[in-house]
Amino acid sequence: MTWKQLFISSVGKKVVMGLTGISLVAFLLVHAGLNACIWANDDGQMFNKAAHFMGSTVITRTLEIGLFIGIILHIVQGYMLAATNKAKRSIGYNVQLGNRGSKWYSRSMALLGSLILIFLAIHLSDFFIPSRITHAGLETPKFYDGDTTAYHDMYRLMINRFQDNILAVIIYIVGCIALAYHLFHGFQSAFRSLGVHNKKYNQLLTSLGYGYTVVVILAFIMMPLSIFFGWIS
Amino acid sequence: MNLTLKVWKQKNSATQGSFETYQVKNISSEMSFLEMFDVLNEQLIEEDKDPIAFDHDCREGICGMCSMYIDGRPHGPWSQNTTCQLHMRAYKDGDTIVVEPWRANAFPVLKDLIVDRQAFDRIIQAGGYISVNTGNAQDANNLPIEKAKADEAFASAACIGCGACVAACKNSSAMLFTSAKVTQLSLLPQGEPERKSRVLDMITQMDKEGFGACTNTGACEAVCPKGISISNIARLNKEYIRAGLIV
Ligand code: HEM
Ligand code: SF4
Ligand code: FES
Repeated sequence: MTWKQLFISSVGKKVVMGLTGISLVAFLLVHAGLNACIWANDDGQMFNKAAHFMGSTVITRTLEIGLFIGIILHIVQGYMLAATNKAKRSIGYNVQLGNRGSKWYSRSMALLGSLILIFLAIHLSDFFIPSRITHAGLETPKFYDGDTTAYHDMYRLMINRFQDNILAVIIYIVGCIALAYHLFHGFQSAFRSLGVHNKKYNQLLTSLGYGYTVVVILAFIMMPLSIFFGWIS
Repeated sequence: MNLTLKVWKQKNSATQGSFETYQVKNISSEMSFLEMFDVLNEQLIEEDKDPIAFDHDCREGICGMCSMYIDGRPHGPWSQNTTCQLHMRAYKDGDTIVVEPWRANAFPVLKDLIVDRQAFDRIIQAGGYISVNTGNAQDANNLPIEKAKADEAFASAACIGCGACVAACKNSSAMLFTSAKVTQLSLLPQGEPERKSRVLDMITQMDKEGFGACTNTGACEAVCPKGISISNIARLNKEYIRAGLIV
């Protein structure tokens, strides 16, 4: 495979999808782990410090650029694949094979991806844009005992977002569920796209994918719920 | 049993087709699906109507010609089965059966249920072979092959090129077919010399023919009459990556 084939051949495009997909999966795990600091229930100290750390080292900022390139590649390539694949059958069937051959969510990756994309736009404007660009809602810096550093109070931003805001909570839960189905199929599929063909490993990766998805997605869903129901404050 | 058939009728690839409804009577449960079509065609000829054109050859499940998309499933309701090996005991009196041709732009309809599957031949011509001098076959024991590999290569070689995988795939992808051949030859020493060019050339041809990419949904594997596994597709991906990025 030449570099050009990586982007134009049907197999090469899937290699790009698989690589970017797995990178996103890895990112998501780190993201969930850091966010779980909100449950320390320490007025956001652990969470704000973790968020501060992620924004202040060269390595994490470089990884962040990589993440943006990865997700853009994933989105563009994903939609291109979905569009070209669909165009390969101009006249459809009268009776559909439907779920007799495959899972509905494996056939709906672009639809689920679109829901994720909408959610992502909302999510970035909720937290990423205020944190990095506008600083809206972050005007008052937070200081912790024995520390002269002024932290962005991302914790407060998060609490304010979900406290008494059932709509925001619902949007986040729907986004997370779409992501869960995307990963139920995507996790193992990515490894297949990258050439893992041993049935033993494929089975292992399928189970690992379900486990990973359930744990990570439940963690994410519990965050807005914890705030909404006042389990953390 | 008496049945109602809704069958796709299309004069040629230049015209548009539509469904026609037919009644067939006194069908024995021991007939094959194609024999039921033979009965219907006899009836149509006697009535001076145009018989239904459909592909078939061996009628014993090995040639892969009998492409029919029956009630939403390639080769009908039985798993790991071809249309010619589908028997009427799968149906009961009064059933309505919808029969469509394979649908994929790479497989244009020639007439009624017959599609042009030459795109598959061109994929094979692009690399699905080994180049050896003809002459006396050498002693088989000169090329020892591990039993597990031989079995796996044999399982992949079982593909009959029927095209059901393409018909079932939401992307009209030919990856199961192409990967079966790539896998078979990559497992055997005879396939080694052309290993890299084979996979690259076959994928280039597959894309050129207008088949889609693979989403790993598994619909192909579910309908394949020969039980070709989608693990073959993952192996093809590995062969493709190996053939260029890794030396
Ligand atoms: C932001 C919007 C997104 C869109 C539009 C999108 C779109 C897609 C599409 C269309 C596919 C299927 C490609 C195909 O095989 O035909 C796909 C696969 C995949 N996606 Fe996404 N996706 C998005 C976000 C994500 C996120 C956030 C993750 C992970 C956290 C992810 C992980 C994956 C994985 C692992 C695969 C499987 C790749 C493969 O089969 O090789 N996606 N995506
Ligand atoms: S892989 Fe199976 S379904 Fe596809 S052409 Fe071969 S035998 Fe037919
Ligand atoms: S007619 Fe040969 S496989 Fe059915």
